[in-house]
Amino acid sequence: MTTEAFLMADWPLFEVFIRSKHGLNHKHVGSVHAADRSMAIENARELYTRRNEGVSIWVVPASDITASSPDEKEPLFDPSNDKVYRHASFYKLPKEVGHM
Amino acid sequence: MQNAAQKTQTPLTTFLLRLGDNALVLGQRHAQLCGKAPTLEEELALMNVGLDLFGQARNWLTYAAELEDEGHDADHLAFRRDAHDFRNLLLVEQPNGDFADIIGRQFLFDAWHVHLLEDLAQSSDPRIAEVAAKSLKEATYHLRRSSQWVMRLGDGTEESHARMQRAVNNLWQFTGEMLQADEIDQAMQEADIAPSPERLASRWKATVEEVFQQATLERPPYDAWMYTGGKVGHHTEHLGFLLAEMQYLPRAYPDATVW
Amino acid sequence: MYAQLVETGSTQLKTLDEMGPEERHFQERINDEIKIEPKNWMPDAYRKTLIRQISQHAHSEIVGMLPEGNWLTRAPTLKRKLQLMAKIQDEAGHGLYLYSAMETLGADRDDEIDKLHDGRAKYSSIFNYPTLNWADMGTIGWLVDGAAIVNQVPLQRTSYGPYARAMIRVCKEESFHQRQGYQILLTMMQEGTDEQKAMVQDSINRFWWPALMMFGPSDDNSPNSAQSMAWKIKRHSNDELRQRFLDQTVPQLELLGCTAPDPDLKYNEETGHYEFGEIDWQEFFDVVKGNGPCNRERIESRRSAIDNGAWVREAAVAYAEKRQHQAA
Repeated sequence: MTTEAFLMADWPLFEVFIRSKHGLNHKHVGSVHAADRSMAIENARELYTRRNEGVSIWVVPASDITASSPDEKEPLFDPSNDKVYRHASFYKLPKEVGHM
Repeated sequence: MQNAAQKTQTPLTTFLLRLGDNALVLGQRHAQLCGKAPTLEEELALMNVGLDLFGQARNWLTYAAELEDEGHDADHLAFRRDAHDFRNLLLVEQPNGDFADIIGRQFLFDAWHVHLLEDLAQSSDPRIAEVAAKSLKEATYHLRRSSQWVMRLGDGTEESHARMQRAVNNLWQFTGEMLQADEIDQAMQEADIAPSPERLASRWKATVEEVFQQATLERPPYDAWMYTGGKVGHHTEHLGFLLAEMQYLPRAYPDATVW
Repeated sequence: MYAQLVETGSTQLKTLDEMGPEERHFQERINDEIKIEPKNWMPDAYRKTLIRQISQHAHSEIVGMLPEGNWLTRAPTLKRKLQLMAKIQDEAGHGLYLYSAMETLGADRDDEIDKLHDGRAKYSSIFNYPTLNWADMGTIGWLVDGAAIVNQVPLQRTSYGPYARAMIRVCKEESFHQRQGYQILLTMMQEGTDEQKAMVQDSINRFWWPALMMFGPSDDNSPNSAQSMAWKIKRHSNDELRQRFLDQTVPQLELLGCTAPDPDLKYNEETGHYEFGEIDWQEFFDVVKGNGPCNRERIESRRSAIDNGAWVREAAVAYAEKRQHQAA
């Protein structure tokens, strides 16, 4: 009965970012609800690192995140679309070189 | 080779049963909580604690069974002993009650468990030192979590404060036996296997006082009357029911050797 | 399946020409296998259907903890206790991944859970059957998780990004569940006593048909399928998935040395598929409508857990606010 009960909505939403063991960047994995920041870290640990996935956790109140809107996608991202030289597949090498 | 007199119950095996039974019985209380947590997030957290505790129980009881050398394993010790052979603290067998009871029981235990494991990690017995070092990491996290919940409930709303205080008042009588040495504890201390409970007492008290102060909880007096007996197998009425449920299958099907 | 009979609000498919420019752009993205992300434009019906489907899936994970929780306290060895607890914990985690994906659609977790508690939202019919012996822990892992995996693997490619990513996580973690279940049964059948073997057969007898029902009604009786397929939030028909499940399951059943409670079950050499008897769809619709053996009990368990936790959730917020004031 949500009319009387205290709601999960009163526990703010935090977006969760995990850095894996392999030293990669923190990666967005999902979200958790928590009453405060330290609980958010704990809840994120319980939910997203049950299999030793992470060595570092960031939690950010979802309300503090500013996202680009899809309408801005073209000016933000399309300019790099034709910069194929940034991608390894641009550089065709003879087969003999093997994996690089 | 062990001689016959050293077989079965030595002070060391009794001490290992105490460690293993604490973890096993408190783990079983967590198993009973499945599906009943106040939030789904907490559901995961409680089961993590339960998984840690069952893992610890298995490690301690495996070592105890090896030392007893009667061809038993950890499962035999867990599922085939009757209540009077269990050596856990009365505190850990207390029923789940409401969330304040659950957190109160966990915190009072964790505050002791962490300090015990810190010392056991330096034990003269290398196997104990190894298991303790691993368990300590888990228990440190348990204590962090239970301390925070004691503070949240203690210094939360009027209702949560009243519930937390009532839970502490009810559970306090079971804390005495953690801090009181008997001959097993003395033997362990003399062999440099484990610290004396008295050594733990001041650290336990410091942790409890700090958290209670932040939680705005009143600490019951240390010289209050204490209910003891778990360490020698004299339990509260609750343990029998807990074991009846937990041991049901191996006892109902004694011929089954695998599951 | 975990999401059965999901209403889409439309049984008539629009062609691209009948759509406005936004919807056409949206449908073309889906046709090109480009994921729809939270901030992209989407038809209202797509959003509502997905909320319904993902929440049903999440509810199923959470309610699904209960029949297994029923035996967690009685698991017969420490190893089995640890495995079962880890599995149930994963299910709670999967429920949370899915609620989290659902929230990206603007849905509110409390509202959706409220719908579960007052009977407006569905969850998988399978969890309304009781777990009556220990072998049920094996059968649930083998048949129920097995059926779930058959359904979920294609959903990793579903059109909605957050849902697809949640399913990738779920599938990655779930691979141990089915093996764990099958191994429980295999151990008892190969090394167990006669009593244990009888437990296994009894359990299979009770769960066989309900497991086949998990895929939902036949294709000709699934009015919402066409729209869900066009949106790629459903990627194969119910009958197709049911057949796939059956074909992989029957050889495993034979390896156990057990039988199915279906006299019509047989292998068709020509088609290369197993054929099976008539499913009792009346039973399925009864259970879905709330009249299964455990419907009321399961919902009551969930409702009381959440209601009893209200004072705890409130205390945590009150504490957080006090600490914030002190810090300020």
